[in-house]
Amino acid sequence: METAAKKFKAPLLLAELLMILLGLIFLVPFYFLLANSVKSYSEILSDSAALPSMLQWSNYAEAWKATDFPHAFLNSFIVTVISNVLLAFLCSMCAYKMVRNNSLYNRMLYIALVAAMVIPFQAIMIPLVKVVSGLGVMDSTVGLILAYLGFGAPMTVFLFHGFVKSVPVDIEEASRVDGSSPYGTFFRIVLPLMQPIIVTVIILNTLWIWNDYLMPSLILQDPQHRTIPIATYAFFGQYTKQWDLALPGLVLGITPVVIFFLLMQKYIIEGIAQGSVKG
Amino acid sequence: MDHKRRSGLMQQFIFVGPTSLFFFVIVLIPFFLGLYYSFTSWNGISRHVEWTGLRNYLHIFTKDPSFLHSFWFTAKFTLFGLVLTNLLGFALAYVLTRRLFTRNVLRTVFFVPHVIGGLLLGFIWQFIFVRGFESIGQATGWSFFNLPWLGTGGTAFWAIVIVFVWQNAGYLMVIYISAINNVPQSLMEASRVDGAGRLQTLRHVTIPLVMPAVTVCLFLSIAWSFKLFDLNLSLTKGGPFKATESVALNIYNEAYTISRFGMGSAKAMIFFVVVAIISLLQVRATKKREVEL
Repeated sequence: METAAKKFKAPLLLAELLMILLGLIFLVPFYFLLANSVKSYSEILSDSAALPSMLQWSNYAEAWKATDFPHAFLNSFIVTVISNVLLAFLCSMCAYKMVRNNSLYNRMLYIALVAAMVIPFQAIMIPLVKVVSGLGVMDSTVGLILAYLGFGAPMTVFLFHGFVKSVPVDIEEASRVDGSSPYGTFFRIVLPLMQPIIVTVIILNTLWIWNDYLMPSLILQDPQHRTIPIATYAFFGQYTKQWDLALPGLVLGITPVVIFFLLMQKYIIEGIAQGSVKG
Repeated sequence: MDHKRRSGLMQQFIFVGPTSLFFFVIVLIPFFLGLYYSFTSWNGISRHVEWTGLRNYLHIFTKDPSFLHSFWFTAKFTLFGLVLTNLLGFALAYVLTRRLFTRNVLRTVFFVPHVIGGLLLGFIWQFIFVRGFESIGQATGWSFFNLPWLGTGGTAFWAIVIVFVWQNAGYLMVIYISAINNVPQSLMEASRVDGAGRLQTLRHVTIPLVMPAVTVCLFLSIAWSFKLFDLNLSLTKGGPFKATESVALNIYNEAYTISRFGMGSAKAMIFFVVVAIISLLQVRATKKREVEL
């Protein structure tokens, strides 16, 4: 004990205590959210800082029904998973070819993609709706996924592109000498090597797509197709200030992504650090 | 030879084709269509699109104080958002790269707000500003908590800044942590052997060596705060009286609340140009300060 205490000197201990205090302050909003989500309306109004006197779980049952939570969750899940898989798959192929085949078209495409990274969504949203409805996929999950594939492509290709440049060509040549086709070489040799950047890409795109509000709000109209942010927004408009319903609705909305984060924490933290080096 | 060329074209088509197609249809075509609409008085519905030349742009700069105000708001917000998230993010990283018992738990705590989308965060904090702060104010008697947080333009500005910093400092912390961990231990020791104090080491060794991370973090925080939308929409809706309307929200309202798509497109183009210029300038400025090891 003595030696351990000596090792962690006073300044370090002070830093530790200050950081714990700051950490608790960071968590206060979650306390307010959770504690009040199980209070009655009058109790919320009388003192929102106090612990609930009794747990009113019926708030959650009502919010579950009012947001049609299972439906919204499923929609968010489908859109996020399919967009992610396709983005990672198609953009890794594209970036790979762009690095290995330095043709004029590929160079120009790369420049266009990098330039497009600074286009704010607002600059394309108005005509995008027209294009999507012109394709006949307005108000559908397919239309929304398509939009994510296009708008997510610049950043995703950029990340893959930076990574592929560091993959040595020698292994590919060896595989080709062994009689493998260009496709076989990509899928059997290159793609497995790209695993770290694939994880990064999937994490960044998941956080973006799962939480995105504006894109689905423009493309989806039917309540059947709502994702979680859209369902929450509509729900809030309807029950503004009815906090005993609104707060459990918010807890339901944030739970899936917080669980996802806690489970995948290690990869998420590494992925962001990795993504920042390339980005 | 012919067969080889055809196979090469086929590969190009299969590997690059799909992404090119989606990028053209979803980004490039709408972007140029938007450029075209910005010279028209299109209302989003009618088939007839009337060409009005530069009239929209002239109108925005001479007769639309709300847009200029939203730009001023966004610029001010970006300045404070950028400085505070980066200072806090770096400070957290600096302390949490030292040997604390709780550092892994704390990293999680500081990061977790970022995984929740801006829209839901805005609603959560609306409750805290309206009801939570009131309760804390009553309990502690601190006037800070009894301010009308979402009720006046000035306090609502800081409300958004507070939530923004809370949401994003942890993300920048992660980037700074990985950068600090990559500073070779030998350099830190050499600096200490040479008699440098902790602050001197920080200033002359650590900070210069994490400049690439600073570039990235500044780029990210500028992009986030300049494109402020979800959080703005759910926390204040741009209110009170448009005092906290960001550029992104102003464009959205122009197009979808008052259905002036032509005007909205012109605003969007101005927005694009400003974002592009700022991003370029910032990356160029901080790149210069990076040190090659």
